[in-house]
Amino acid sequence: MSFLDYAPAPESRAILSLRDSYGLFIDGEFVDGRGTPFQTISPSSEERIAMIANANEADIDDAVAAARRAYDRVWSKMSGRDRGKYLFRIARLVQERARELAVAESLDNGKPIKESRDVDVPLVAAWFFYYAGWADKLDHAGLGADPRSLGVAAQVIPWNFPLLMLAWKIAPALAAGNTVVLKPAETTPLTALIFAEILQQADLPAGVVNIVTGAGDTGAALVAHEGVDKVAFTGSTAVGRAIAKQIAGTDKRATLELGGKAANIVFDDAPIDQAIEGIVNGIFFNQGHVCCAGSRLLVQENIHDEVVERLKTRLSTLRLGDPLDKNTDIGAINSREQLDRIRALSDAGVEEGAERWSVPCEIPENGFWYAPTIFTNVQTSSRIAREEIFGPVLSVLTFRTPQEAIAKANNTPYGLSAGIWTDKGSRILAVADQLRAGVIWANTFNRFDPSSPFGGYKESGYGREGGRHGLAAYLSPAPIGRSAAQVTAGRSGAQRRIEGADASAEASASKPKPRARRAGAAKKGAAK
Amino acid sequence: MNESQVTPMSAPVNPGTALVTARERALAVLGGEPDDQTLGRYLHGIPGVDAVGLEQRAAALGTRSIKTTSKRWALDKIISLIDLTTLEGADTPGKVRSLVAKAMNPDPADPTVPRVAAVCVYGDMVPFAIEALGAAHGDPDDGLISVAAVATAFPSGRSSLEIKLADTAEAVAAGADEIDMVIDRGAFLAGRYGEVFDQIAAVKEACRRPDGTSASLKVILETGELVTYDNVRRASWLAILAGGDFIKTSTGKVAPAATLPVTLLMLEVVRDWHRLTGHRVGVKPAGGIRSSKDAIKYLVTVAETVGEEWLVPHLFRFGASSLLNDVLLQRQKMTSGHYSGADYVTID
Repeated sequence: MSFLDYAPAPESRAILSLRDSYGLFIDGEFVDGRGTPFQTISPSSEERIAMIANANEADIDDAVAAARRAYDRVWSKMSGRDRGKYLFRIARLVQERARELAVAESLDNGKPIKESRDVDVPLVAAWFFYYAGWADKLDHAGLGADPRSLGVAAQVIPWNFPLLMLAWKIAPALAAGNTVVLKPAETTPLTALIFAEILQQADLPAGVVNIVTGAGDTGAALVAHEGVDKVAFTGSTAVGRAIAKQIAGTDKRATLELGGKAANIVFDDAPIDQAIEGIVNGIFFNQGHVCCAGSRLLVQENIHDEVVERLKTRLSTLRLGDPLDKNTDIGAINSREQLDRIRALSDAGVEEGAERWSVPCEIPENGFWYAPTIFTNVQTSSRIAREEIFGPVLSVLTFRTPQEAIAKANNTPYGLSAGIWTDKGSRILAVADQLRAGVIWANTFNRFDPSSPFGGYKESGYGREGGRHGLAAYLSPAPIGRSAAQVTAGRSGAQRRIEGADASAEASASKPKPRARRAGAAKKGAAK
Repeated sequence: MNESQVTPMSAPVNPGTALVTARERALAVLGGEPDDQTLGRYLHGIPGVDAVGLEQRAAALGTRSIKTTSKRWALDKIISLIDLTTLEGADTPGKVRSLVAKAMNPDPADPTVPRVAAVCVYGDMVPFAIEALGAAHGDPDDGLISVAAVATAFPSGRSSLEIKLADTAEAVAAGADEIDMVIDRGAFLAGRYGEVFDQIAAVKEACRRPDGTSASLKVILETGELVTYDNVRRASWLAILAGGDFIKTSTGKVAPAATLPVTLLMLEVVRDWHRLTGHRVGVKPAGGIRSSKDAIKYLVTVAETVGEEWLVPHLFRFGASSLLNDVLLQRQKMTSGHYSGADYVTID
C-alpha cells in the first residue's frame, strides 16, 4: 500500500436532513411553485438530491410583493441596530450549522468538502458578521448622513459559490435596509433553501428575504419585474449584458459581477515554492470555477521551464475524487453543460497549437470530471488565452519585461483580478498601479475578506461588493436637506471612480431634481 | 551513509567526472571555493521564502485526514522513525538503560510494535547505550537501533573547533553511529558562511572511523535562533553543501523548536538538492512534536513534498521523547477500540 493512497475519509452525510422536495421561500414560508419542478443532482455521482420548485412569473409577483410589504411595513422602519441584531443572529446560526451547510454545498455543487468547510462557509458567516456591524453605522458609509435604502433588491447568483454569493448579496442589502428576492442558480439551489430555514430559525420578519428557484427564465422575470429597485447579478458576461439591456431606461440600479481572465504574473525573483502554490490555488481552487481565477499564467521567460516542471510535479499530488472526502483537492465539475464547454475550449487550445498536459489521475465513472490541465506554448491570440474557460485549465504564457507583463495582462476584455509574484515590494506597487483589474493580489491569490471591495473593470462588470463600497451599492444619499451637488462634491474622485457607472449615473440623474429618482418608488409607497 | 548514485548536475560540472565526495559536489554546485564570498553569492541567490504562503501550505498539509488503515500504517511508521532522546544534565547510565529498554520494546503488552530508529544521548552516555542495546545495536534499516550522540559543544556550539572535533571524535570512537552537531549560529548570522561550512566539513571528517566508514552526520540549524525562513533556507543549503547527511531543525533547548512550516521548508531544500544532484539528504524535525496527530502531519508533509521514499530511517527522523507514548496510546486505541491512559504505557 502506498501511504499517499490515503484511506477514504468521507465526511458523513448523516448531518443533513434534506426534504424530498423544496418549495419557494416567499413571505417567510415555503410555498409550491407554479412552474414545472426540476431536480437538483449531485454532480459527482449524478444522483438525485431533491425536487426543487420552479417559480413562474406569478410566483415572482408574489415574491416581489412580499418583499415590498416587508420593506414598507417592517424593514425600512426598523432601526439599524435591530437590523444588525438579525444579521448577527443569522451569522451565528450559519456558524452553528456550518458542517451541515458545508456537506450540502459539496453535495450539490461538487466542490471538495475541505473548501466548503474551510473557505465557503466560514466566509459566509464572516460576511454576515461584517455587515451586521455596518447596519447601525450607515452614516459612515461615505454617502453623507442618513443615507437611504433603495427598496426591493433582485439578486441572481451563480453556481460556483452558491452560499457565499448569497451572503455577498443578502448581507449588505439587509444591512442597508433593503428587502430581497434572490434566485440561486438552477444547479445549486440546495444551500439557499437550507439558508431559508436558518432565516426562519432567526425569526427574520416574513418577506424580508424571499428565495425563488428556477432557471434562466425565472431570473430574467425577476430582473425585469417592475417592482424591483435594484438588480445585483453575478454570473457570465453574456447574461450580464442581457440584464444591462433589459433594465436600460428604467430607474433600477445594477451591480454586475461578471467573468474574468485573470493574469497571474510570476517574476523571476518570486518566492518560487509559494508562487507554485499560488498558481495552483489561483486556477485549481474550486475546480477553476472562479470568476477571478488566475487562468492566465504570465511567467517570466527565463524561469518558464523551471516553473512548468515544478508545477507539474506539484499537480501530480492533487487528489481528484469524491467531494465529500476530506482529502479531496479537486472535486466535480458542476454540470455536464459546463464540462462540455471546458472540453470544447480545451480541444480548441490543442487545435491552435498549444501543448496540453493533464494530471494522470483516475476519473470516477459517474459524474462530471475534468483532470487539472495546463497548456504551454500558448499565444496571446489563442482562444484559451482570451476566453473564460471556467474550469481547471491553466494557460501558460511568457513575458520578458515588466512592461510586457503589464501589457499582456491588460490585453483582455476582462478586468476582474490579477496576481503579482515577486520578492520586490516596489515592483508589486509599480505593476499593480498599471494593471486594470478590480482586485490585485500580491504573493497570494484567491483571498477574500468581507472588508475588501471586489469587482471588475471592463467586461468584468461594474459596481463593488464587499467592504464599505459594497454597502454603498445598496444605498442612496439622503434626498432632503442637502443638495445633490453638495453630496457629490463631498465624495472623493477615487471613490466615484470605484463606484463607476453606478455613482455617475446617480449623480447626473439626481442633480437637477434630487427626489426625481425616488418618484417611482414613491408610487409604491417607499419614499420616506 | 546514503552516498547514492550521483547523476550529472545541471550546475556547472566538469563533464564526465564522477562526483563522490561532498566537497567535490559542493565545488561543482558553487562553481568555486566555499569561501564567504562564493557562499554568500550562492545562498543569497536562492529565491526567497514568502512566510505567509509557506505557513498556509503547511497548514493545508496539516488538514489531511489520515484514517483507518492509513493511520495504522502511519503510527507504526512514526515509531520506526523516532530518535528516542534524553539530553539532560541529569542523565545517568541508569536513565540511559531505561531509555534503551523502552526503545527496544516500546509497548510491553504488544510485541508487534516496531522498534524506534535510534536513541539519542550525550557523547559520554554512548558506551552505556551500546552496552544496553547489545545485539539490538545496528542499522535501523535492518530493524536494529542506532546510537546517536550530540556533539560539538551541544547545544550552544560556543567552543573552539578543536574542542568540537574532539567531542565528535570521542563519541565516534565510543561507537556512536550518528553525530548530531550544531552549527555556529553566531558565525552564520554574522555572514561568515565559509567558517560554518568549514566547521561542518571538519566535523564530517571527524566522523570517519579507522576502518574508513563514517558516522552519519546530522546538522542542527537551531531554526529558533535563525528566526527568518530565508535564514533557514540558506542554512539548509549551507549544511547540505558542506556534507551533512541530515539537516535537523533544533536542539530542543530553544523555543520554538520544530514547526511544520520550518520542516516543510527544509524538505523543499532537500527536494531541490535531489533534483540538482541526485543525492538524497535526510531531515529531522526535533523538539516540540508530542502528539500522534502532529507527527502524522509531518509524515504527510514529507510524502507530499519529497515523496514517500523519504519515509525511511536514513532519510527522515523525529527527534522526540514524549511522542512515543502518545503514539502507543493511539495504537492501543486502534487495536482495542477504546482509549486507555497514561498508566498503560511505560515511562522510560
